[in-house]
Amino acid sequence: MAGHNHKLEIFRGRLKFKSNVQKIWGVLVFLSIITIVEVALGIIKPEILLNYFLGIKLINWIFIILTIVKAYYITWDFMHVRDEKPFLKNTIVLPLLILIPFLLFILLYEGSYIFNIMFDGLKAWNFDIY
Amino acid sequence: MQASTITKTKQNSWGGGGAKPLDAGYGKLMMWFFIVSDALTFSGFLVSYGFSRFKNIDSWPIADEVFTHFPFLHGIDAPMYYVALMTFVLIFSSVTMVLAVDAGHNNDKNRVAFYMLLTIIGGAIFVGSQAWEWKNFIKGEYGAVEIQNGEILQFYNLEESKRIPIDEFAYSSQQDRVTHDDNVGIWYESEYKLPEITLDEVMTGFNNDLALTVRLEALDDRGQKIILSREEAEIKMSSATRVVKGANLIRNEYGNPLFADFFFFITGFHGFHVFSGVVINIIIFINVLLGTYEKRGHYDMVEKVGLYWHFVDLVWVFVFTFFYLV
Repeated sequence: MAGHNHKLEIFRGRLKFKSNVQKIWGVLVFLSIITIVEVALGIIKPEILLNYFLGIKLINWIFIILTIVKAYYITWDFMHVRDEKPFLKNTIVLPLLILIPFLLFILLYEGSYIFNIMFDGLKAWNFDIY
Repeated sequence: MQASTITKTKQNSWGGGGAKPLDAGYGKLMMWFFIVSDALTFSGFLVSYGFSRFKNIDSWPIADEVFTHFPFLHGIDAPMYYVALMTFVLIFSSVTMVLAVDAGHNNDKNRVAFYMLLTIIGGAIFVGSQAWEWKNFIKGEYGAVEIQNGEILQFYNLEESKRIPIDEFAYSSQQDRVTHDDNVGIWYESEYKLPEITLDEVMTGFNNDLALTVRLEALDDRGQKIILSREEAEIKMSSATRVVKGANLIRNEYGNPLFADFFFFITGFHGFHVFSGVVINIIIFINVLLGTYEKRGHYDMVEKVGLYWHFVDLVWVFVFTFFYLV
């Protein structure tokens, strides 16, 4: 496959690299910054981020969002999805985008339902000495 | 049979009636389909981990307290640093892989080989680190006691306000109780390997030192393990059934058995992916050295293997988040 045309801009065209190699290093720097932020947050655990939002701690929302950002740049720039045709992009991304949130929703909802049943429904499951 | 109807098709790309809607080679396309299905497999695992965690939301082990080891720093509490380092190693090996693919586009054999070699080294370091993590996880650090209802109790020193390993306070007694193997006795039954410290020793040590208490699996409002008062701890300890040190698939000192099960299964499955990725990379590396792709005129195989390698990195990003951070 001769003639590789790489799209060299990231951040919606705000940052344009001169060559593909340069773009790779640029993305590495960006991914490293995200990882450092994640680890720093995980170690410091700021008090204000420990509040809950939609059933999940704010800090965990940040982790999840940063993870998805990382996943985006790994697939788009390292796996060259950015350079693929829209059909191929959609073939790869759409099944995952539809199925994973669905799976997440039903199983996490079921999990918290079972937790509630165990917590205030049935008491006899725990044969403690009390 | 009409001999003139043989149509000439370009071998490299799927024709698609000339429109080339996907414009990718057959092998690359199939690699993508494999990756999509494998991504769904991993999401199945991670979501079932989430299910178990939501089901036990008030008593799940805290990852920061479990993964605290760093090479050459013994006894220093270093939560997550090592896993973060592993993440960097894997991301960096992803970068060298993408540089190899880029060099392949320029038909630069030496650079492809060099970057492939770096990728292989990075992958090997990662697998090794994973094995080391497993070793620490299986060996355990503090030890705990299991009570009648299956709950795990960890020990805590009220005076020093910190956790205390069982071998520090257990009263050591000379005993000659040996593991019962199936070659002695009549019924060919064996028992699980005996712990180095017996329950009696732990109980004696616990009763002698009044500063000791236990931590429950249960979490308080702030997400910390609940620490009982001495009186409550004595009641709990009266139903202790066995000493737990380290982790296996049945029970572990960190808390819920499912935590260790998912740890072994998900990181194990991912580690197996990394391992097979390293093996495939080595095969491609040898082929690069032999000049197979130079003769072929293109380095598409490097690109396909690269896709797999990046996928392994991608999965680790999620495993890292959901196992160690969240």
